[in-house]
Amino acid sequence: MHDLIALTALGGADPETCTIGSVTCSEVPDVALASVAARLGREGETHSALAALIGQKAPGIGQFSGQTLIAFWAGPEQWIVEAPFESHEGLAELVKDGTKDAASVSEQTDAWARFDLEGPDVQSVLELLCNLDCRNLATGGAARTSIHHLVCFLLRRSTDFFSIYAPRSSAQSLQHAIVTAMKSAL
Amino acid sequence: MTQVNRLNGGQIDRTSTLNFKFDNRNFTAHPGDTLASALLANGVRLIGRSFKYHRPRGILSAGSEEPNALVELRTGNRKEPNTRATTIEMFDGLEAHSQNRWPSLRFDAMAINDRFSNFLTAGFYYKTFMWPAAFWEKLYEPVIRRAAGLGTMSMQEDPDEYDKGFRHCDLLIIGAGPAGLMAALTAGRAGSDVILADEDFVLGGRLNSETYSLNDDIAANWITQTVAELSAMPNVRLMPRTTVIGAFDHGIYGAVERKGDHLSAPSEGKPRQILWRIYSGRALLCAGATERPIAFENNDRPGIMLAGALRSYANRFAATPAQRVAIFTNNDDGHRTAADLHAKGVKIAAVVDIRPEAPLNGDYEVLRGAEVIDTKGRLGLTFAEVKLADGSNRTLDVGALGISGGWNPNVHLTCHQRGRPVWNETLSAFVPGDTLPPGLTVAGAANGIMSTHGALKSGAEAATHALDLKSDAIAIPTAEDAPVTQTPFWYVQGCSRAWLDQQNDVTVKDVKLSHQEGFQSVEHLKRYTTLGMATDQGKTSNMGGLAIMAEIAGKSIPQVGTTIYRPPYTPVPIATFAGRMRGKEFHPTRLTPSHHWAKERGAVFVEVGNWLRAQWFPLPGETHWRQSVDREVRQTRASVGVCDCTTLGKIDVQGTDAADFLNRIYCNGFAKLAVGKTRYGLMLREDGIAMDDGTAGRLAEDHFVVTTTTANAVKVYQHMEFVRQCLFPDMDVQLISTTEAWAQYAVAGPNSRKLLQKIVDPEFDISNDGFPFMACGNITVCGGLRARLFRISFSGELAFEIAVPSRYGDALMRRLMVEGEEFNVVPYGTEALGVMRIEKGHAAGNELNGTTTALNLGMGRMVSKKKDSIGSVLSEREGLNEADALNMVGVKPVNSADKITAGAHLMDASGPVDAANDQGYVTSAAFSPSLNCYIGLGFLKNGSDRHREKMRLVSPLTDLTVEVEIVSSHFVDPEGERLRA
Repeated sequence: MHDLIALTALGGADPETCTIGSVTCSEVPDVALASVAARLGREGETHSALAALIGQKAPGIGQFSGQTLIAFWAGPEQWIVEAPFESHEGLAELVKDGTKDAASVSEQTDAWARFDLEGPDVQSVLELLCNLDCRNLATGGAARTSIHHLVCFLLRRSTDFFSIYAPRSSAQSLQHAIVTAMKSAL
Repeated sequence: MTQVNRLNGGQIDRTSTLNFKFDNRNFTAHPGDTLASALLANGVRLIGRSFKYHRPRGILSAGSEEPNALVELRTGNRKEPNTRATTIEMFDGLEAHSQNRWPSLRFDAMAINDRFSNFLTAGFYYKTFMWPAAFWEKLYEPVIRRAAGLGTMSMQEDPDEYDKGFRHCDLLIIGAGPAGLMAALTAGRAGSDVILADEDFVLGGRLNSETYSLNDDIAANWITQTVAELSAMPNVRLMPRTTVIGAFDHGIYGAVERKGDHLSAPSEGKPRQILWRIYSGRALLCAGATERPIAFENNDRPGIMLAGALRSYANRFAATPAQRVAIFTNNDDGHRTAADLHAKGVKIAAVVDIRPEAPLNGDYEVLRGAEVIDTKGRLGLTFAEVKLADGSNRTLDVGALGISGGWNPNVHLTCHQRGRPVWNETLSAFVPGDTLPPGLTVAGAANGIMSTHGALKSGAEAATHALDLKSDAIAIPTAEDAPVTQTPFWYVQGCSRAWLDQQNDVTVKDVKLSHQEGFQSVEHLKRYTTLGMATDQGKTSNMGGLAIMAEIAGKSIPQVGTTIYRPPYTPVPIATFAGRMRGKEFHPTRLTPSHHWAKERGAVFVEVGNWLRAQWFPLPGETHWRQSVDREVRQTRASVGVCDCTTLGKIDVQGTDAADFLNRIYCNGFAKLAVGKTRYGLMLREDGIAMDDGTAGRLAEDHFVVTTTTANAVKVYQHMEFVRQCLFPDMDVQLISTTEAWAQYAVAGPNSRKLLQKIVDPEFDISNDGFPFMACGNITVCGGLRARLFRISFSGELAFEIAVPSRYGDALMRRLMVEGEEFNVVPYGTEALGVMRIEKGHAAGNELNGTTTALNLGMGRMVSKKKDSIGSVLSEREGLNEADALNMVGVKPVNSADKITAGAHLMDASGPVDAANDQGYVTSAAFSPSLNCYIGLGFLKNGSDRHREKMRLVSPLTDLTVEVEIVSSHFVDPEGERLRA
């Protein structure tokens, strides 16, 4: 077991949380990610392997599905698998073992910073952040969008609960944009 | 001061009193007032001075079309010039100043311009200030701009914040008058997702200014009930104080919501305004109509205003500009004003109607077939001179005159995508044509439907139609439905100074002059006279100008046509367009995983793209950056240094065709690269020019990691995706960026291996045999953490790059510093990195500058002829391969104390210094601590064959001439022994 101490995307030892009004923005470092892209002509095998991993059908365009392991659609024949970091730090290997040479797998755990936005008024914050029609994004929906000039993924986990994945190096800028929007809207 | 002209009734809250100041005088008002209504109620008619002639001006309108009553609102850094008093919602403590006057509003020295009006006609400046040409920019223009103009800027930073936002709806309704409210009710009850936006702070539109009844009840009650019902609908969003400013592509509308303009200052963290981008399935324009004035002699005195505005002030704001009022009209609507004002107790001196059969009224005199031909009153209207039907004159003693020339539908947004309005003979006005922005329909007065019933009905029908609802929707309230016809009457014949555009001081005579001088197209008329320019965009003046141009040209108004309406509909502060993207928030900042560690070490950062990179790490006692940089270079070359190179682009390339794919991308061969090896690669653009360089490491048969320069990371990734998706879709290759996923550090110097051996887990052999130059592989460090190791060198030293998951980057850097203490390890920044790569002769962004080829860079032989790769064919173009092509060389001063400067040009040792004799130029330069003098890299014609030649390095711009020697670009370890050690 190595002895290096991990920092969150915001640079702290512990994740930051901010609540304004009814909405809470939380940094979520406890997540492992791996990208899966089907190889040419191996799409069917990749779908099956992915389904076996997440315990559900591979999600279609603009959706996510799964239980402990969740996969969200990231592009044509491409997904990102998400799992708890504590138990799945080696997620990429697990996914590679599952998909074998049917898919290309890449560790993405620290490529992204995750922020969860939760609360009854979350929509009034999101409408200041991105041009996605978040009110009509169904629960289980996942979409690429741009927030504060950053390419992000937005997942709607329940009515008032969204996750944002943004490039890790810009976590501080993104958090500032989110908190500014929360102060403005709430 | 008491509110001498305050009437009874109105929609103001008299239970509360607000204090405000205009030109440092104290006044009172009530919630519900605008600055304009409050000033009128307080007996103030004179608000400002005109643009050019500095004539006293008052309030013309009661809405956003106002050309005259412009003030500087607020003070200090919140001062906002050219703000329309008619749209400023009153708040306690409001402070406003009149503008464009000196020394005071009542006595304005610049009013002398009015005496010279015969000279200051349209085109005066163009004709007069022609010589000498050089004087225009430095002298004439500044003087003219000071003399003629509007408000002044605070020249301080705006302290407020502005947001941008995005909303989506099935139906966007623009305007909440009778048509808009009925449309919202119809669509809202049907369950559609509706946004109802209105520029006013109360909904109801024109109904708030009228005394009509709806369903035999006062209109205000219907508005209250309707707004209450709409407010309770979760599918309807009401947006008062929101101006829809433009119709853009695909049903997208821009809207400015004024969140804090009605407050003295926005609350902490709250925006002053929000610029909304509204994505609509359908849109419905219910923007109403704007009343048009009639031009006559001296029609611009304070107290002369639109008749409909007089009615608004009386009915909605309980204010009147004077207690004795006359009306000058060509239509029935003017009579409504007279009736409403009379009912409020205002004395109607007369209604002057140009129509011989104008309706009579028992309560006041109607002068049929009469015209107002002149007015008097220096700072405000005192008398109106009327020419009666029988040819005699009569003087009316009045403090205000309401004028009505009919109403123009507000078609502006229908024209934002170059739609052309069409002429309606019955209304003598332009109405929306059939070339509307897709998805937009128009209802109510904006569509030329002028009765209240018509507006209500058309609003409901338009919503039903737009959303394809069932047509049995909802009952239309009963309301007046009088037919409206408008006889054109634009100006009183015989007048010499009759104002058309009061904002720009354009008179009837100016339009005639424009025609006379050949500026007859409406677009020329606009530019020549400035008619319709500035903050009001001619909302009250364009039609008059067109009509007069048509009359002179002997054409019909539709033949003359209109100028194109463009966004924004009303002025928008630049700050609103900027939103949060100001200063440091202009773009997001990218921080490397060890940024906080670098900050602790006192690093000086530099922006590279969006990244912040440590430039150098000063130590106590170091007073100049060169001291820090020289130390970092010496210490690295002497022992070991560590540099954060996380910012370099990293692209994961996988798939069975990954090697073939890279063979296409790079000009040099990659297919045969062994697993566990790294190779330097050069990418060319299609045109054969060098695009980017970097390395690619082969981690498995079907897995490469490509690195790019920091600056080109995104561009290279885009290029590779383009090649993958568009050029070679049949290749089995998958790409994903892993730049952010890995924290990567260069560990360089003769002791770099020793340092790394302390942290790399012992099962991995990184000796020179076990891990030779250009090796790469997956390893573990510090007891099991997955990592990647590359034996590559940018500095020319024995060097490695080690990558760990980003979250451990900070810890790894700290560990390297602790473990490296025994080797006197030094962290180095981008400056030392740059110095060392120049010493080693490695090209970077300065050399890969978009003009250079592989040949120029000394890598001509790298372009493989055994395969096809992007850019390889066009790199063979004759022009890129001439005998005296530029080659990369090193440059050293002959006198070691001389300085080499990047950007300077190379000239022969003697002879003229000019472009014709230019031999090349220096792209990078630095002080080399290793050589103890300045050195440079550059491009020289046939440079490979000119080593040891003495030349002059010149920069005429900075007056530099240095004698230099051309040398190999490899200043340090040219044989590469160190990096293979």
